[in-house]
Amino acid sequence: MTAGTLPGVPGVPGVPAGHYGPLGQLRSEWTKLRTVRSTVWSLVATVLAVVGIGAIATAVTAAHWKNGGFVDRFDFDPTARSLAGVFLGQIVIGVIGVLVMSAEYGTGTIRATLSAIPNRPLVLACKAVVFAVVALVASEILTFGAFFLGQQLLKGSTPYATIGQPGVLRAVLGAGLVLTVLGLLALGLATIIRHTAGALAAYVGLLLVVPLILQAFPESVQHDLIKYMPLVIGEHMAAVLPGTHDFGGGPLLSPWTGFGFLCGYAAVALVVGGILMARRDA
Amino acid sequence: MIEARRLSKRYGKTLAVDDLSFDVRPGQVTGFLGPNGSGKSTTMRVIMGLDLPTGGQATINGRPYRGLPWPLHEVGALLEAKAIHPGRSARNHLLMLAQTHGIGRKRVDEVLELVGLAEVASRRAGKFSLGMSQRLGIAAALLGDPSVLLFDEPVNGLDPEGILWVRTLLRHLAGEGRTVFVSSHLMSEMALTADHVVVIGRGRLIADTPVSELVSRSSHHFVRVRTPDRERLEPALRSAGAELATEADGVVTVTGLTADAIGDLAAEHGVRLHELTPLQASLEEAFMDLTRDHIEFRGHGVAPASDPASDAEAQAVAQ
Repeated sequence: MTAGTLPGVPGVPGVPAGHYGPLGQLRSEWTKLRTVRSTVWSLVATVLAVVGIGAIATAVTAAHWKNGGFVDRFDFDPTARSLAGVFLGQIVIGVIGVLVMSAEYGTGTIRATLSAIPNRPLVLACKAVVFAVVALVASEILTFGAFFLGQQLLKGSTPYATIGQPGVLRAVLGAGLVLTVLGLLALGLATIIRHTAGALAAYVGLLLVVPLILQAFPESVQHDLIKYMPLVIGEHMAAVLPGTHDFGGGPLLSPWTGFGFLCGYAAVALVVGGILMARRDA
Repeated sequence: MIEARRLSKRYGKTLAVDDLSFDVRPGQVTGFLGPNGSGKSTTMRVIMGLDLPTGGQATINGRPYRGLPWPLHEVGALLEAKAIHPGRSARNHLLMLAQTHGIGRKRVDEVLELVGLAEVASRRAGKFSLGMSQRLGIAAALLGDPSVLLFDEPVNGLDPEGILWVRTLLRHLAGEGRTVFVSSHLMSEMALTADHVVVIGRGRLIADTPVSELVSRSSHHFVRVRTPDRERLEPALRSAGAELATEADGVVTVTGLTADAIGDLAAEHGVRLHELTPLQASLEEAFMDLTRDHIEFRGHGVAPASDPASDAEAQAVAQ
């Protein structure tokens, strides 16, 4: 490697008119997202895994349908079955959401980012917008892909769903929306915590551990609170039949009300993250 | 132009920067000197708006960093070489910075060429040596063609050719009228590169002076004299106002008289001289003299001879 010679560097320049803004920062965040192989590959892997799990779940159901009991058949929800992999997707999208922010802190890139754009809430907002768009596209590809493949595998052996049936489009579209918002929640947590491991622990804890802790409380408390859990909201959104969840009984919120709460959680995490980011040393 | 006014920064119990005021002027290289842990990097981070000062303020071209409309067009900085995502290529790292300011790909390739990384631009930055990372950091600093440049220990990890290249670059940038502020813990490096130095120790300002003045002000001139006629020469030197330190083998170290004056004096008294060597304390020694009382971390047992008071202070700090 040889040192380049100094070309005729122009004289000390004037500063252009105007001010930096969101447009440049959005382009920059898009470049950051697409130029790190791990992000790109984890997104692709997520899609494949979720669609694959849905395919396995539906294929198994189709194969065993004749041997199944009456109860199994009675509350069979073909849409929910084909979206069985979404649960794994919720974990992985959270990991990607965390990494998008925590990698900046972990590698020190955040200091280059903030030297270019000192307005920190703007940086966070642009990052969240770019991630949300990418996550939404990936999530919808994933849920629609899992749905159509799953129904194809069920067809002939069991009852199956079509997208035009009541509640089906809501479940498939909604499951993708839930994934996107969970990713944003993870991004917000990573902005608050700034360390990959810590943020991942917080996200997985919120998703999986809090509902388990709830089970230690009296049943009345469980019934009052379980419907607000992100996991329960997500599970309910991805089902057509108003049904059951894995954490005891209790009434559920309507899918869209639950989704509203989920958006609220993500918004709180992002706003708190933004405030802390503006106040803390980078 | 960088102006620091009564800047201070506290991390928990540690006061990293303590009431620091100085100016960094355009058209010259200003060295920022201090022992490790003296607060140089903290000061630079505060100037760059990355850390918020506890007190006082720093401005660039009259504005605090967060108030700059196009930061990369006004300031470029190399703070830590390794602060790059290891999975991203050098070109993409610069591209994502360029896009924030609407700077084109042509300029990205231009700075890659300038720092000698054009051939490895598509390689992942995680595979770069420290020297290559330093060059990438310098490329990032130059991206917006800014009038103010900050470099934190830019020659760290560079080979001799790289060091020479950085030196030339810094002088060239200052020659174009830019403000160049470069930190180092090596006085000798600064003596070759800087026109002016700001010296700090334990976060406090020790000196803010042209390099030439610092050297002449704080260095000791002394003369080594070897003579078989010591008993006649010594009284003559003393009466001429010199201070003597007698060493073994008839060697006398003389301060306060030039070698010429000592030679003349010897001739006057008919004294034979076997050696007459003018000596100068090195720049490193001058720097050590300045910062002796301000060093936060010092190895015990290998500490240079110094007065007991400052040793006691160092001990107190260590405990």
